[in-house]
Amino acid sequence: MNAAPPAANAMPKVHYLNVDYGIRSWLFTIDHKRIALLYLGSITLFFVLGGLFATAIRLELLTPAGDLFESETYNKMFTMHGVVMIFFFLIPSIPATLGNFLVPMMIGARDLAFPRINLLSWYIYTLGGLFTLFAILSGGVDTGWTFYTPYSSTYSNTNVMATAVGVFILGFSSILTGFNFIITIHKMRAPGLTWFRLPLFIWAHYATSVIMILGTPVVAIAIALVGLERLFHIGIFNPALGGDPVLFQHLFWFYSHPAVYIMILPSMGVISEIVCCFSRKKIFGYSFVAFSSIAIALLGFLVWGHHMFVSSQSMYAGMVFSILSFLVAIPSAVKVFNWTATMYKGSVMYNAPMLYAMGFIGLFTMGGLTGLFLSTLATDVHLHDTYFVVAHFHYIMVGGALMGYLGGIHFWWPKISGRLYPEAWARFSALIIFVGFNLTFFPQFILGYLGMPRRYHAYPPEFQVLNVMSTAGASILAVGYAIPLIYLFWSLRYGPAAGPNPWQAKGLEWQTSSPPPTHNFPETPVVTEEAYEYYPGAEAERV
Amino acid sequence: MSDQATTLAPQFEGLAQQKESAIFGMWVFLVTEVMFFGGMFAGYTAYRYRFHEAFTAGSDHLNLLLGGVNTAVLILSSFTMAMAVHSAQLNRRRALIVFLVLTMLLGSTFLGIKAVEYSHKFHEHLLPGPAFQFEGADPQHAQLFFSFYFAMTGFHALHMVIGVALLAIMTWFAWRGRFSAEYYNPIEVSGLYWHFVDIVWIFLFPLLYLVGHHG
Amino acid sequence: MSHDHIVSPKLYLGVLAILLVGTALTVAAARVDLGGLNIVVAMSIAVVKASFVVLYFMHLKYSHRLNWVFGAAAMLWLALLIGLTSTDVIARLTE
Repeated sequence: MNAAPPAANAMPKVHYLNVDYGIRSWLFTIDHKRIALLYLGSITLFFVLGGLFATAIRLELLTPAGDLFESETYNKMFTMHGVVMIFFFLIPSIPATLGNFLVPMMIGARDLAFPRINLLSWYIYTLGGLFTLFAILSGGVDTGWTFYTPYSSTYSNTNVMATAVGVFILGFSSILTGFNFIITIHKMRAPGLTWFRLPLFIWAHYATSVIMILGTPVVAIAIALVGLERLFHIGIFNPALGGDPVLFQHLFWFYSHPAVYIMILPSMGVISEIVCCFSRKKIFGYSFVAFSSIAIALLGFLVWGHHMFVSSQSMYAGMVFSILSFLVAIPSAVKVFNWTATMYKGSVMYNAPMLYAMGFIGLFTMGGLTGLFLSTLATDVHLHDTYFVVAHFHYIMVGGALMGYLGGIHFWWPKISGRLYPEAWARFSALIIFVGFNLTFFPQFILGYLGMPRRYHAYPPEFQVLNVMSTAGASILAVGYAIPLIYLFWSLRYGPAAGPNPWQAKGLEWQTSSPPPTHNFPETPVVTEEAYEYYPGAEAERV
Repeated sequence: MSDQATTLAPQFEGLAQQKESAIFGMWVFLVTEVMFFGGMFAGYTAYRYRFHEAFTAGSDHLNLLLGGVNTAVLILSSFTMAMAVHSAQLNRRRALIVFLVLTMLLGSTFLGIKAVEYSHKFHEHLLPGPAFQFEGADPQHAQLFFSFYFAMTGFHALHMVIGVALLAIMTWFAWRGRFSAEYYNPIEVSGLYWHFVDIVWIFLFPLLYLVGHHG
Repeated sequence: MSHDHIVSPKLYLGVLAILLVGTALTVAAARVDLGGLNIVVAMSIAVVKASFVVLYFMHLKYSHRLNWVFGAAAMLWLALLIGLTSTDVIARLTE
């Protein structure tokens, strides 16, 4: 993989990036690939912003005393870290960038079914982002990203309204993305591309889209009702007026638990592509991996009450939700098992995307297994609202979703930009991220087990060693994120031309030039084989 | 074929695929609408079961006559909308425009009656909030009933306003002769939306106006 | 491919009549005290009315099977949301 054959690698003369120039050609584009890049730019900005809040949190927690920020300021820091990272980075991360870019290409279509709606979704995202930025700049918000009532609806005098409006608006962008994917995947597949020949990336995005359209409207109405409560002082969630604050938690988690799968499922799709390509093997148990995505999406809707074990939710509901939560472990474990089995006896190559994929598998397993601790009713009473929970969901969202995102960006970077990224630097930063991540979040498992609660700016001195480790890890992690940002930009100008298929990967997206032409394929491809037909015999030509 | 060139978007292979995608797209969108209203229905169900007396007392303050008339108006508008689609299918441009205008008029009538009802509630101090006043056993939970009443009918009315605006655009397109028997997807899709909004009201009417009224 | 099914205006008129009669029936049924059954009757009538709108006005009867699947999924998820949420809220508020 080090040196791709040089002759065939000339960049195409006309491709989607140079077909048109000027700001208008980007702001009014309806090309799914350009919209993907618009999203890539915006979510990177929000990622940096969310990272700044994370930095503030880790700096405060370097010392036991609450010396850097007032507790009110600290509340705003973790709230805005959560709001920005979850709603403005993780939810749109893979679907809106890689998904937008690749879904039409992988199914051999010229574009998504509704290109204008696709562009509209980016404008809606931007509008929601502006509202949230306004909320941040005008003093911030301190309710936690969960907006729990009645604090959010009645008592908090920070800028809840602007944030709520921002998140409400953002939901529509997410709905429109999912909506577009579902119709595109159903109606626009190339001739011969049956459901069981689809890349698993597509299955994962289909499952994600189903969650987006079924779940997002519920959180939209929940947040809208919080807004109405603040404006008109109606009492749907206010116990002082006869309402029930836990009703809000139900409506909120009905979306926000499945939303975890909006973040992780696309990553799983990316991992399936990477693992097959760099093991030169067909996926082990295609239909199991495909259906496990659907199973995760459907089961994900039945477990939301495990966020509410100590919220005074009825005991019986708690028991049902606890048992159902265990079930989600099954399809998740199927995936991990099948990826591992795919690598077994494959000729594994340790390119940067594969390093991210292997990191994902390990960290996701850790995150998933610690999830079982939390879905156990009795254990959760001890661990609820401690750093154990924080560590658990960061293993899933950062160790899982973000590793998959970075792996995917590297894997398809030659397709997106037409150029190769510097492999040595990429492997180095993947390694740094893995080390930094574990150093940041593993100590938090121990902190949580020992009883350190989340969302406080001060803590007893005996927790300091572990917190210092965590902060040190976070600084390593920050370096790990900064390096790709630099070399990916560098490669846009100085990277060698990639050629259509630098990884000798299967899949329709690799059959067209890099970067692809505006309508992706010179003529509609016809599919005659299943996904991932990698042959071990093809090894010789790659050396 | 020149007609096809103007109405077929480049990402589709043919008009049939484009039409299937448009209609399926609207159904998928309506799924999200069902879930949007679903959140309010879930809260309503729980509170109505728990505070049945207060909800009955609150419901008695609604004007059954206006609510019933509005139901009939909305059902009639669904019929004229169906006839608009029918006219489009048969390429009857004049009838299409007439039925679209009729649908908009009926929709506006609904909104007008709704506005009258809202102003009555406002004058009777039944708008939830600090100014809320209610003569009854359990004013606190009656206020919850009115919170749901205003939230649910308010979001429904918002959908009606969007629907009327959508039909206005459709009427303009029809006036410009943009549709034909081969291409009338926007009319069909707008119709699906309009009927959905009608269905929401079909459920809201008994849930809000008919909690009590026994005997 | 998809031949548009053209429904006759007579059928539309029939559906309109059914919907108007259904509305009258709902109001009439509410005037009879059936205790807990009132809500069941009201909702049953509403479901029948909605079904007529969906099947005929919205052409689901003549529509692609996929549209059926998504319509059914919406109903299932709505039931899930209302069912699991309201049972817990009711259980807690009645303690």
